[in-house]
Amino acid sequence: MTALTLNNVNKSFGNVHVLKDITLEVEEGEFVVFVGPSGCGKSTLLRVIAGLEDASSGEINIGGQQVNLVPPSKRGIAMVFQSYALYPHLSVRGNMTLALKQEKQPKSEIEGRVAKASRMLNLEPYLDRYPSELSGGQRQRVAIGRAIVREPKLFLFDEPLSNLDAALRMNTRIEIANLHRALDASMIYVTHDQTEAMTLADKIVVLRDGRVEQIGSPMELYNNPANQFVAGFLGSPSMNFLPEALIQESGQNTIGIRPEDLFLSDDGPLAARVSHVEKLGGDTNVIAKVQDHDVTARLFGQHAIAEGQELRFGYASEKAYRFNEAGQRLA
Amino acid sequence: MNKARHNPLNMVAMHGALILYTLIALFPVFVILINSFKSRRAIFREPLALPNADSFSMIGYETVMKQGDFFLYFQNSMIVTVASLSFILLFGAMAAYALSEYQFKGNLIMGLYLALGIMIPIRIGTVAILEMMVATGLVNSLWALILVYTAQGLPLAVFILSEFMRQVSDDLKNAGRIDGLSEYTIFFRLVLPLVRPAMATVAVFNMIPIWNDLWFPLILAPAEETKTLTLGSQVFIGQFVTDWNAVLSALSMAILPVLVLYVIFSRQLIRGITSGAVK
Repeated sequence: MTALTLNNVNKSFGNVHVLKDITLEVEEGEFVVFVGPSGCGKSTLLRVIAGLEDASSGEINIGGQQVNLVPPSKRGIAMVFQSYALYPHLSVRGNMTLALKQEKQPKSEIEGRVAKASRMLNLEPYLDRYPSELSGGQRQRVAIGRAIVREPKLFLFDEPLSNLDAALRMNTRIEIANLHRALDASMIYVTHDQTEAMTLADKIVVLRDGRVEQIGSPMELYNNPANQFVAGFLGSPSMNFLPEALIQESGQNTIGIRPEDLFLSDDGPLAARVSHVEKLGGDTNVIAKVQDHDVTARLFGQHAIAEGQELRFGYASEKAYRFNEAGQRLA
Repeated sequence: MNKARHNPLNMVAMHGALILYTLIALFPVFVILINSFKSRRAIFREPLALPNADSFSMIGYETVMKQGDFFLYFQNSMIVTVASLSFILLFGAMAAYALSEYQFKGNLIMGLYLALGIMIPIRIGTVAILEMMVATGLVNSLWALILVYTAQGLPLAVFILSEFMRQVSDDLKNAGRIDGLSEYTIFFRLVLPLVRPAMATVAVFNMIPIWNDLWFPLILAPAEETKTLTLGSQVFIGQFVTDWNAVLSALSMAILPVLVLYVIFSRQLIRGITSGAVK
C-alpha cells in the first residue's frame, strides 16, 4: 500500500502560483526527502500534506484515503518542526502526551507509548523538565518523541536539523536514520541541505519553483541527473559547468563535469590558473579559473599546489554530462 | 559589550537622571501623603513639612470615613476597573488573534476600523452615549461605566496585541493543530501565555485612566450607590470651601489599590519577558 499519493496538487496564494502540478507517491516504510533551494515550495508542499494549508486543486491520499478535507489531527500524521515548537508551559511528558489525551487514549496506553519513545530517544531523565530547561538537541529529541508517540501513518519533518550546530546535526541525522529503521515508518523530510538528502533518503524529490524536477534514489539522481539544475544541486562541491565552445571550439551546449572526475594531466584539455586551494587532509579541493570560468577539482590525497600556479586538467569523456541550452540533459 | 555602560561617569549620569526623574514623579504623591496626616492649619502653614506631634491629625481620614459611603465608592471603582480591564483584555486579545492569525476578506479594513478608535476621543460621543444608556435603562448602573470603558480601551488593545500576536511562532500553533487542539485551546493555552507582557502593558495603560476618570461617572452614574471613588471625593471640593484634609486623605487611600494592581501587572511583565518561549 502507498503511504501517500499526491495527484496534480496545485497551491496558489492569491496570484502567486507556489506549487505546480505535483504528482508523487511515497511507499509504505519509505524515507522520502524533498530538497530544493529556499523558496522552491518544499515547506509549502509539506504543509499541504499536513493539512495546515489547503491545496488549491489536486488530490491528496494518505494511507489510501483521500484527506483533502480532513483536519490535520485526523490525517494520521505527525510533524516535527524546525523551531521544535514545544509547548512552553508543559513538561516533556506533557508535550508528548497532549495529542494522545486529545485522542482520548486510555491511560495505560499513553504511559506505554511514552515509555517506549523516551527509551528510544534517551529522554527518560528529562521527562519532568520543561522545554526552557533543555538544550537544543534535547528539545529536538522531545519534538521527535512527540511525533513518535502518536504512531502516525506518516512522519513529516520540516528542516528539523537546521537549528542545531554542525556536530549535533550529524549525530541527530544518524539518530533519525536509526529511528527510521527501528520504526519502519513512512517519513517525509524537507531540507535544503543536499548532504542530509543524500545520506537519509530512500528517494529524493528535487523541487524548483514549485515544480518537481526529478524523483529517484540518491545515486540515480547523482549518476543520472535529468537536467542541469539537478546535476548542480546534488553533490558537494557542486558540478562544474563549462560551455562546450571552450573545449571543442564550437557548440552551444554546456558540459558538466563532477569535481572528483577532474584529474591533473599535462596534456589535458583544460588549462587553468589556480585561484584557491582547500587542503582537507584526505582531499584537496582546487578552485581554478579556466579562462573566466571557475572550476573546482577534487583531488584525492594531499597535493602541493600553490595559488597562481598554471595547471592542466583532464577528464574521461564518458564522465562528462552534456546539457542543451534549456538545461535539459543530452544523451 | 557596550563601552558606555562600563564608564563610571556614564553610570553616575544615567543613575542620576533616573533618580531625579523618580523624585520628580514621586514628589506630588509624597506631598499628598504627608499632608493627609496633618491638621488643616499645618497644611497651609508649612505644606512641605513632615507631620510632627503638633501638626499630626487624622481628621481627614475621620471625615472621609464618616461622610459618604467611602467603602462603597471604593468597591464601585474596583468593580468597574477590574471588569473593564478583563473585558478589554479578553475581547481585545480575541480580536487581535483573529486579525493576525486568519486570512479573510476585509481583514485589513477591519483592523484599520478597529484602530481608528485610537484617534477619536470617546468623550466626543458623550451625548449619544448618554442617550443610549437612558434608552437601555443602564443609567446609574456600573454596567454603563464598564461598557464605556471597555469600548474606550479596545482600539489600543487590539492594535498592540495584534502586533505581538503576529510574532508568536506559527510552528507552535500548527503543532497544536496537528495535535488536535481546538482553535480556542490554541488561543488560550498557547498564544495568550506568550503575549502576557503585551497584556500587562495594555492593562497598565488602561487601568489608570479608568480608575481616575471623573467624566463618565459624573454623567452616567452619579447616583449615591454607583459613585466611584474619584466622584465620591468630589463632595469635599466645594465652590467656596474645600475640605483639604478629607480630599488629601481620600486621594491617599485611592492611590493604594492602583499601586497594588500596578505591582501585580509589572511583575507579570518582567516574568513574561524572562521566561523562555519557543527556542
